[in-house]
Amino acid sequence: MRARPAACLAAAGAVLVGTVLLGVGVGALPLAPGPVLATLADRAVRPLGGSVDGGLSPVQAAALLQLRLPRVVLAVLVGGALAIAGAAYQGVFRNPLADPYLLGAAAGAGLGATLVIAYAPGSGAVPVAAFVGALVGVGASFALGTAAGGSSSATLLLAGVAVASFLAAGQTLVQQRNAEDLQQVYGWLLGQLGRASWSDVLLVLPYLGAAVAVLLVCGRALDVLAVGDDEARSLGVHPGRLRLLVVVAASLATASAVAVSGLIGFVGLVVPHVARKLVGGAHAVLLPMSLLAGGAFLVLADLLARTVLAPAELPLGVVTAFVGAPFFAALLWSRRR
Amino acid sequence: MSAGLEVTGLGVQLGRAQVLADVRLAAAPGSWTAVIGPNGAGKSTLLRAVLGVVAHSGSVHWDGVGLDTLPRRDRARRIAYAPQLPVLPEGVTTRDYVALGRTPHRPLLAAPRTADRAVVEETMARLELGALADRVLTTLSGGEQQRAVLARALAQQPQVLLLDEPTAALDLGHAQQVLDLVDRLRRTDGLTVLSTLHDLSLAGQYADRLVLLAAGRVVAEGTPAQVLTPDALRTHYGARASVVAGPDGPAVLPVRD
Repeated sequence: MRARPAACLAAAGAVLVGTVLLGVGVGALPLAPGPVLATLADRAVRPLGGSVDGGLSPVQAAALLQLRLPRVVLAVLVGGALAIAGAAYQGVFRNPLADPYLLGAAAGAGLGATLVIAYAPGSGAVPVAAFVGALVGVGASFALGTAAGGSSSATLLLAGVAVASFLAAGQTLVQQRNAEDLQQVYGWLLGQLGRASWSDVLLVLPYLGAAVAVLLVCGRALDVLAVGDDEARSLGVHPGRLRLLVVVAASLATASAVAVSGLIGFVGLVVPHVARKLVGGAHAVLLPMSLLAGGAFLVLADLLARTVLAPAELPLGVVTAFVGAPFFAALLWSRRR
Repeated sequence: MSAGLEVTGLGVQLGRAQVLADVRLAAAPGSWTAVIGPNGAGKSTLLRAVLGVVAHSGSVHWDGVGLDTLPRRDRARRIAYAPQLPVLPEGVTTRDYVALGRTPHRPLLAAPRTADRAVVEETMARLELGALADRVLTTLSGGEQQRAVLARALAQQPQVLLLDEPTAALDLGHAQQVLDLVDRLRRTDGLTVLSTLHDLSLAGQYADRLVLLAAGRVVAEGTPAQVLTPDALRTHYGARASVVAGPDGPAVLPVRD
């Protein structure tokens, strides 16, 4: 039996807050949750002339506000965006294997980032190039799919496969011709949040926020799409237009996430499945649940990435798969019985 | 223009194939018309053209209003459709699935209103789905799923119900249950039913009128006794059969040489 959706969402929200406190607290300089909250409250009320006592020391506060917090906030944004985009892709394509990188977003971002790393190193343009590359990848998939067969989902998926392999080949070519940058390219491809700053958060927040808002609003419409195109039409919905809107929003969320974190696999594929096991397949609940669960999962994964071999860091994409795959396997196994 | 469903000069071309040509049919309000015909005759395509989801020539009118000229949501409030192979979404409860039928009656992005929920509960009660409301749709039996699909279509509160092979996946007993249910609903609600049925004896017993399609054209139309003749079955189905008069309509009995 499933719990009530509102209770599940509230619990997921509480878990997310808990993981955020854990994420900002654990590290070479441990920060206790109480003073962390006091410091944040103090910062929040200071513009209003108030103050809250019991905060962190100035050194601790600087570590919190300049290092830990932007990194954790970015993990929440990236994890949530990838998970909700994955849930939306799985919904519009009615395919449990769909993930946010399906339509060439990952390959396009990879090519964009690799080009900048190889030919314009140190320019700081990697996030922008990745963002543009992801959108170009999805846009090319759409153009090809529409030219080939209208708005059918199978045609679009196949177009995505074609575009992704083409862009990935381009990325490999650039990478092989610039072998000295190999390590940096790999580091980016495997995903990282180690250089996260508030400017990254501000860079992606507008796009990501708008995309997530559109997806959350479209939840109920996605349920209609789930019964097939003919039946959706018989219910007065235009499936092609709705699919376009959702895919554009999900791709924008994905491109924003990829721009600041590189290619973090697994989150967008598996978190939606975990959420579906918990709250069922109704998208009005599934999408917010994926958002919260994806954020919490990536904060925990990033925590492991920076603590297991501290002071060295593991690539985040490796951690998400290492931790996530066995967890997901266990979940599948436990639900079978 | 007369009351009821009126299809004139309907043609459908898919690629180079002319799937339907010059199809004409009229169904009075509250009647049940069954479209019969051999495999590939265009039965399902006819239903989908009437629904307005395949491009077609000719016209489809309901009570004198051209359905193709209506906005899609207005059309969806008049005409509902249950396909031969409905796509059953994963992990969705029967209640949530039936509630999708309210889509044309409420804002697409908003939560269902109290009135919508009342219609959903009432429809499920009529189709004896109340006890299954919280079960996940994909875990129901074939007959239960068919009733859920029917409930979804009825929650649309349509005037016309299009049923594509509503009994295809059901054994005889469950098929009769579903057809009895449809018959009861159309008598109480005045619903006009247009269905395809491959079982000719069931078609003969439940429908008021039969339309026999062959190779995309209407080759016979009328009461079951007029349409179901050994001659027609031999000509259009390539079948050897005798037709026996039953208490509720003609029944088709296959015979060997």
